[in-house]
Amino acid sequence: MTVEPLLSLSHLSRSFGAGQAVVDDLSLDLAAGEILALIGPSGCGKTTTLRMVAGFETPDRGQIRLAGRDITAIAPEKRCIGMVFQDYALFPHMTVAQNVAFGAADRASATAQRFLDMVGLGDFGARYPDELSGGQQQRVALARSFAAAPAVILLDEPFSNLDAALRARTRREIRALLKASGIGILFVTHDQEEALSFADRVAVMKDGRLLQCGPAAEVYDRPADPFVAGFLGRTNLITGEARGESCETVLGRIALERPASGPIGFSLRPEQITIREAGAGEAARGRVTSVEFKGHDLTYWVDCNGTEIQVDQMGGPRLPEGAPVMLSVAGRVAAFG
Amino acid sequence: MLLAAGLVGVGTCLPALYLVIRAFGAEPAQLAEIVFRSRNLLLLGNTLSLVALVLAIGTLIALPMAWLVTRSDLRAKGLVTFLMALPLAVPGYVMAYALLGLSGYYGFAREWFGVSLPPLHGLWGAALSLALYTFPYIFLNLRAAFLGMDPGLEESAASLGRSRSEVLRHIVLPQLWPALVSAWLVVGLYVIGDFGAIALMRYEVFSYAIYTQYAGAFDRTYAAWLSLMLLGVAGLALYAQARLTRSRRFARVGTGVQRRGVPVRLGLWAVAAWGWVVLVSLAALGLPLAVLGHWMRRGIGEIDWAMLGQAALNSGLAAAVVAGLTVALALPVVLLTLRWPGWFASVTDRLAWMGYATPPLAFGLAMVFFTLAVIPFAYQSHGVLIFAWVMTFLALALGPLRLALMQIGTRPEEAARALGVSPFRAFARVTLPRLKGPMVAAGLLVFIAVVKELPLNWMLAPTGWRSLSTTVFGRTVEGMMTEAAPFALAIILFSAFFVGLILKYEGAGRKELGRR
Repeated sequence: MTVEPLLSLSHLSRSFGAGQAVVDDLSLDLAAGEILALIGPSGCGKTTTLRMVAGFETPDRGQIRLAGRDITAIAPEKRCIGMVFQDYALFPHMTVAQNVAFGAADRASATAQRFLDMVGLGDFGARYPDELSGGQQQRVALARSFAAAPAVILLDEPFSNLDAALRARTRREIRALLKASGIGILFVTHDQEEALSFADRVAVMKDGRLLQCGPAAEVYDRPADPFVAGFLGRTNLITGEARGESCETVLGRIALERPASGPIGFSLRPEQITIREAGAGEAARGRVTSVEFKGHDLTYWVDCNGTEIQVDQMGGPRLPEGAPVMLSVAGRVAAFG
Repeated sequence: MLLAAGLVGVGTCLPALYLVIRAFGAEPAQLAEIVFRSRNLLLLGNTLSLVALVLAIGTLIALPMAWLVTRSDLRAKGLVTFLMALPLAVPGYVMAYALLGLSGYYGFAREWFGVSLPPLHGLWGAALSLALYTFPYIFLNLRAAFLGMDPGLEESAASLGRSRSEVLRHIVLPQLWPALVSAWLVVGLYVIGDFGAIALMRYEVFSYAIYTQYAGAFDRTYAAWLSLMLLGVAGLALYAQARLTRSRRFARVGTGVQRRGVPVRLGLWAVAAWGWVVLVSLAALGLPLAVLGHWMRRGIGEIDWAMLGQAALNSGLAAAVVAGLTVALALPVVLLTLRWPGWFASVTDRLAWMGYATPPLAFGLAMVFFTLAVIPFAYQSHGVLIFAWVMTFLALALGPLRLALMQIGTRPEEAARALGVSPFRAFARVTLPRLKGPMVAAGLLVFIAVVKELPLNWMLAPTGWRSLSTTVFGRTVEGMMTEAAPFALAIILFSAFFVGLILKYEGAGRKELGRR
């Protein structure tokens, strides 16, 4: 990268007590105006990473730079980094407007009003936080962070306290707000759908280590290892014998993105596979063992020589259980690093 | 914060240190004779049986009451709670005075009902007078434990096919255990250290023996030794409490908001419940008030109003100053233990409890020795008295503050700091406003304790400075029941008013938390 990233974490490590490292040699960059999701199973160290960036935890090793300045040892309040907590942490004894004005350099009520208008809560300034719904509290917390004019905002599981119906809508609204603000956003979640739909880039963590970081679609399509593949969505983990441009598998010959040789593994998403009933006289690849009807699409479970393969299908003829089928893969696949 | 911790450390270690110095100041032969006196064994036995009896009576009253006001469909729960908390306002020596005034030839019982009760003295008299006003500590602790217990646990046990008594044995009682033990600790330490009721009931326990040794000026080395032994008993109680509640888990595991349980229908049992409520209220509140009224009536014309006013003013002023200082000292100590946990914080916390556990007579005696030896000009000054009170009652203020700070958590302050506010200002603007209720409640607890407090007051107060409690005790000891009555009544009214305030602020704190 030629330009200095807005936020840069290099070789961060943190352990609690004598046990294993909670965060282990983690490096990440965040550009201005970018939304980066830190994703992983619970206990993988993502929240600790966030708290180190915010300044509430001190890394044992490593460096955090904001716009080229080393902020590793700087107090949280002097970092220009805002944080929206999972439970929003609104101050219950202050009104919504007082909450928003709390961190603003300019305490004028017009300022608070401007930020409340921005999140669509212009009429709620005089209320107390407990008189708002979850989604409204969420937006107040965001307005409060915006008002303090940070360079980066951290979001800790921002949508986990909202019910499913509210979640999708709030997500879209908040994403539009954040993108319009041009502030760098680092957020933590354990929900892969949330990460993929909300973030520009995702970083997958496990046991304190960063496994892969890249644009959402890239990481989904070309996961670096079986864990990343499985964590980001349903998948088939296929092994095979690579011979140059292609690979022999239970599904037949599959084209590779890069030539290789010897045993390899890769992830094949259920929607990448096409399924059709085997014609008369054709040697079937497998047999449908179960069908899951989900309305707008179907999932078939196919037994291919003892390997179970999931296939998603939209439209087309619906196949019954026990049907002999042919499977094919369009395009080339990327083997695990 | 370190300053506060240091102050607590010095303040609470000082008495023990001075007693040790004093105790070992005697000849070796004399030492052996003092330590192995058979009388010590008698005192120890008496002290322990008194503690056991008080705890048994107190629990017997408090446990059913706590259950009634939290788990049953009893009416007027607020009133019952208030009635059961109110005996806190009655000082032990007043309760003893009431029991003494009830019996005997000139007693209330003979004059009103024509029965001459045998004078209540000794173990039962002392235990009864102590239990009747210390049971509210057990009651309030158990009530809080019942309220904090997830009724879902009881319901799921019932749905697993357990009978009501099995649920009580296996689910409810084990969960009440820590609250019960910590209440026992508070009451037990109180009983060990109490001296007013015991002196009036003439029951020979450590504190009474210390008092007679000290007051008679017979043998101050022996008094120091007795104090050390008493301190040892208190230390053992602290240790026992830690052992009894160690490594038990009671936190709610699940998430979600706790529901209210369905109250148990009492049916006809409600009559028995009310009977018990009335009996306890009559004994703990009606009796002292009636006896005081009786003696008041006999001497209504001779009340020295000026003296009463002066004593009330003295008590109130001193208590207000001590309450303010104690809360100011308790806040940094609680912050230290919650925010920077570690050996230093836990030592400070334990020491604060040691201050409370140190029997007041032992504490007072140590302060007398200390001031006479090191800073004689401060002997019997207000400063020393206030210092001793603050160190003794610090632990009382820790509880409400700790609970409130734990419930508020650090998240709001972190949010404030992420918004660019310094740590100190974040605390002052975000956490402190929400601590007001608990701080007032803690201050009121200390205030009541100081108004009622006797031994430290008796030993350390400046000559000629009389408070309500010293006046009541001084006159009762000399059998001047009539003259003591208005002062005792003033203490009860004073304290009752503040008990009401505490319940109010407790409620306000909960409402504040409910806003979240």
